[in-house]
Amino acid sequence: MALSGIQIYKLLPQTNCKECGFPTCLAFAMKLAAKQVELSSCPYVSEASKAQLEESAAPPIRLITLKSDGHEVKVGNEVVLYRHEKTFYNKSGIFVKLPTSKGENELVEQTKKIDQYRVNYVGMDLEVDGIAIEDNAGDATKMKSAINAVRSASKKPLILISSDENVLEAGLSQLNGETPMICCATQSNWEKFTDLAGKHKSVLAITSDKIEELAELTEKVKSKGVEDIVLVPNGKNLGHNLILQTQIRRAAIKANFRALGYPTLAFCSTPVQAGQAITKYAGFVVLDNFAPELVYPLLVLRQNIYTDPQKPIQVQPGLYEINNPKETDPVLVTTNFSITYFSVANEVEGSGLPAWLLVADAEGMSVLTAWAAGKFDADRIAKAVKTTNVAEKLSKRRLVLPGAVAVLSGEVEAELPDWEIRVGPREAVDIPKFYKQALQAN
Amino acid sequence: MPVEIPKDKWPGSVRTVTIGALPKDGGTRKCTVTVGGETTMPFLHYEGEIPNRPVVAIEIVDRKPDDWSPLLQETWKDVMDDPAEWAKAAEQAGADLIVLELSLNNRNGEPTKPEEAVGAVKSVLAACGLPLIVFGPGQAEADNALLVPVSEATKGERIVLGICEDKNYRTIVATAMANDHLVSARTAMDVNLAKQLNILISDMGLPLDRILMDPTTGALGYGIEYGFSVMERLRLAALQGDKMTQLPMIVTPGYEAWKTKESKVGEGVPEAWGDWLNRAINWETLTAITLLESGADIIVLRHPESVKRVKGAIDELMSAKEFV
Repeated sequence: MALSGIQIYKLLPQTNCKECGFPTCLAFAMKLAAKQVELSSCPYVSEASKAQLEESAAPPIRLITLKSDGHEVKVGNEVVLYRHEKTFYNKSGIFVKLPTSKGENELVEQTKKIDQYRVNYVGMDLEVDGIAIEDNAGDATKMKSAINAVRSASKKPLILISSDENVLEAGLSQLNGETPMICCATQSNWEKFTDLAGKHKSVLAITSDKIEELAELTEKVKSKGVEDIVLVPNGKNLGHNLILQTQIRRAAIKANFRALGYPTLAFCSTPVQAGQAITKYAGFVVLDNFAPELVYPLLVLRQNIYTDPQKPIQVQPGLYEINNPKETDPVLVTTNFSITYFSVANEVEGSGLPAWLLVADAEGMSVLTAWAAGKFDADRIAKAVKTTNVAEKLSKRRLVLPGAVAVLSGEVEAELPDWEIRVGPREAVDIPKFYKQALQAN
Repeated sequence: MPVEIPKDKWPGSVRTVTIGALPKDGGTRKCTVTVGGETTMPFLHYEGEIPNRPVVAIEIVDRKPDDWSPLLQETWKDVMDDPAEWAKAAEQAGADLIVLELSLNNRNGEPTKPEEAVGAVKSVLAACGLPLIVFGPGQAEADNALLVPVSEATKGERIVLGICEDKNYRTIVATAMANDHLVSARTAMDVNLAKQLNILISDMGLPLDRILMDPTTGALGYGIEYGFSVMERLRLAALQGDKMTQLPMIVTPGYEAWKTKESKVGEGVPEAWGDWLNRAINWETLTAITLLESGADIIVLRHPESVKRVKGAIDELMSAKEFV
């Protein structure tokens, strides 16, 4: 947990030497607390104080990175419990589990599907982060051949799962130059697993259904020099996992409890478990199997939960075609705030009526907010019409303004003299009715 | 190693609200539903009390809706033609209570008449003993025209009347007060708007234990993060002691999720979307679970499989009490 200015002041020499550029040590301490200066500006701070101050500046949840050729998955570094307090930073890494018992051909086939999976969501291509290879038979040969099969079809980061350190060792020796994760060390085998993680520079996952045991294990592992740790709270059911994940997050963030200051991993066999893991704090989410109809909504959920609440999500301004519009169909105008766009696009799409949706650049604000802020006016609307060259696609030029900015219609008419300007409904939900009554009728 | 888990000590708690009235209390329901009473954030049993489990309502309509996904039509089939049969089927599917939506237009395309609305509500009350929530068509004038006669015809049942919003709350609250009903106060994903409407309603004299708040939400992919954070903030405010946010929350993930293209459309969509039926159910389930974990007390759903999954999740989330 970050120290206050006064706490920092107590660790400084308190000589007011001014060499740091500030008139007093207290002033410097305040700047340090606000993270506006570096501690190195103080030439006289003691080693002991330095260590303490650096420790307090470390993030409450360690950043863990899995690496492979050309890929990286970063999790951790989170600072809040609720996203509205600031934001969630590093999206949960979503992995799919493949058992080594599957035949080689099937592994290659499955890996290809996972690796090549891409789904477009508001203009972004979303994908799965990596693969978890699971050994259930203590079979090192199968682990090796499974890794070969997976690596022949994907370069994405790997998690290796086994309770046998020989199997993991065989796997790790195939992955030189990468940073995979090995999973999961327990009270009984942590020493061998830690040695292995140290030797191969891999991330070590540890598991228990008790918070106290997890904390004890991280301290032991750390004392042997391995610090890249992931916690796998192994709760008895969905609710127990929610509690364990919340307790770990709270201990790390609110009490700066170092022994639990690591990202977590959740194994998920149902959509409900995976959904909870994404909203409630899992750093890694490992799915039992690959199904596009589940992976798609999970990737979207992750995208939603990890958006910065202070920055509205925007869609690309431009011309969007809905239900294959023709040259006689109307142009509906709205702003590029994503929820505004989706409300309008959804209603029009759902109605089955063809339209051109012209999204003006309103700096990501909704219609009324943008209008009030001067970001959605006749000028901007006319500019959107011109830059998209929408007129060239039309034989009948009809532009529909959102009802909330009916007041703009005169100015828009002046800006776009060869267009028929109509005022639509205030709410997106009324668009289909308006369309049928006012636009189709003539 | 001893670990001290930081616990929040909250001065406030959510109010308890009971929906439906038994015969001995002037109604005809065979059971009531009580929600609220939490003294902690969702399902954190180690920190506070969660005396009442969140409940699942199934949404039915007074006539077969024109715009519901074909997947829902295949699931509910013929019962969609008769709200009484539909309510019975919903009870069988595991509903804790029923949400009956009144359509703007009747089967003939004319505005729904008050007597038709009253008929539909009465037939549902007669066919199914679960507590009832009645939503108007969602347009202030039509809501008033239909909900007032419904309220009068069902005096004493402790029905929840919605949609009660800033445009029509006076009419809806007045009729709820006169006829021993409750209201569902809906605002558009904003903490202050929600609070303001609750103040206006309680200023009219309706006791706070007869108000639910519906902060609205977006579906997964369509603004759920706003609904999620608004609900977390409302619940935090309630626990901090802000009286006008201490109401149980009702949300409609079924309505939101089944409006999306992902759920509605099976053909001509990207292959990466996967199997249509499973995707649609996942969409509804994940929207619901996300909101359940941000503080929802009543979850309104449409598909029986989502109901099963969400109820299963509530079972596990509530029973975790024994592990702490």
